[in-house]
Amino acid sequence: MSSRTKHFFQALASPVGRKVLTGLTGLGLVLFVIVHMLGNLTYLQGGDAYNLYAHKLASYGVLLYILEVGLAAFFALHACIGISIYLRKRRARGGHYARYKTAGKPSLQTFASRTMIVSGIVLLVFLVLHLIHFKFGPGMAEGYVATIEGEQIRDLRRLMTEQFRSPLYAFGYPAVIILLGFHLRHGFWSALQSLSLTSPRLSSILYPAGALLGIVVGAGFIIVPLWIYFSQFS
Amino acid sequence: MAEQMTIHLRIWRQAGPDAPGRLVDYTVAGANEHMSFLELLDVLNEQLVHRGEEPVAFDSDCREGICGSCGVLVGGIAHGPQRRTAVCQLHMRSFKDGDRIVVEPFRARAFPLVKDLVVDRSAFDRIISAGGFISTTTGGAPDANALPVSKDAADEAMDYATCIGCGACVAACPNASASLFTAAKISHLALLPQGSVEASRRVVAMVRQMSEEGFGDCSNHTECEAVCPKGISIACIARMRREYVKAVLC
Ligand code: FES
Repeated sequence: MSSRTKHFFQALASPVGRKVLTGLTGLGLVLFVIVHMLGNLTYLQGGDAYNLYAHKLASYGVLLYILEVGLAAFFALHACIGISIYLRKRRARGGHYARYKTAGKPSLQTFASRTMIVSGIVLLVFLVLHLIHFKFGPGMAEGYVATIEGEQIRDLRRLMTEQFRSPLYAFGYPAVIILLGFHLRHGFWSALQSLSLTSPRLSSILYPAGALLGIVVGAGFIIVPLWIYFSQFS
Repeated sequence: MAEQMTIHLRIWRQAGPDAPGRLVDYTVAGANEHMSFLELLDVLNEQLVHRGEEPVAFDSDCREGICGSCGVLVGGIAHGPQRRTAVCQLHMRSFKDGDRIVVEPFRARAFPLVKDLVVDRSAFDRIISAGGFISTTTGGAPDANALPVSKDAADEAMDYATCIGCGACVAACPNASASLFTAAKISHLALLPQGSVEASRRVVAMVRQMSEEGFGDCSNHTECEAVCPKGISIACIARMRREYVKAVLC
């Protein structure tokens, strides 16, 4: 390895490099959750809208495959660095304070910022389960078939409807999403600060924007499972 | 005559780096609102010496908020509850008669405890030695306007130059990160023409030293800015990151 490449990798592993990578991957993942949330909302249009959306995505073929691999890499990197930051922080304190509290403004230390590792790990575990149950869950071979424009495709709408009729999914999913909201609440602004895209003046807009993003994305995700669950009784 | 106050202190006592430590309760009668918090500890120490007990060890020097020697956690907050105030300038008028106050040393693995409330902050000196200086002789104060520095850059550099290196940022950071200190030094120098020549080498070396000292990573909690006796903004941390990326990529 040339010394220049070596220096580059050392820089990526430095405290600044780790933050920049966390911020970059974090913003990429923010984009992903927004698109995912909008995709879910197509369910509410009823009819074939959701299956159509899923089918459109699938029709991207290789491009989608590349995107998925990139996304998986972003998730893995984001999680690994996040965990390493947490472990390093535990070592760095050395001993506990008997009494510790935040000094208040301008501190942005909140429940959300302190629990990034918890919300992050729950999201990671959820992601694995979600992929097993949904993305790699029952497909056409198991009878989940829908016909769109004369073509037979996987009936994801049916799978989603069935899953969210069970209270475990209908309420477990929103619970995880609330944690996602908290993660975004600190994470969005934090990513921008890590990438040096903020200034004290901009922060006064961008920090609340993180909270708004958490609420909007959270609400967007939560509405579909609750709607499916409660509409089975009406 | 100022009103007399009785203050109940719960102070971390530890005889040496490897000795076991514990919180010990003391009551100081006869405090008044004009005293600084360190003067309250002085009064306590006089009483302890009088009783033949070991006085509480703590650091201080200028006692006017400019040297960075002092620093303890007062009631869970580095330098105590008053914003932009070093603990030597924290006055007892910030407290009420009968208050119970926990006093603890700054805790970080990179700041090993020496005794009671005294910690060894030489990790900061090593970060400075790694690059927090200008290698060439820059001469005396230049003539005004001989070297153009914009007003914005001068103001910002001055804000960062006010860092007294007390370590409150590390103590208060949930991650025990030294980012605010390191970034204030890096940004102060990078903003000025004399310092910009070595900016790339400096930022890489100082960040590396910060990491080697075992400080934690920054999670952008901004707690450091809130406890900094000089109110240094985390904008310098953003600038440090920018400088670092520039140094690595360009
Ligand atoms: S003793 Fe000098 S700053 Fe407090």
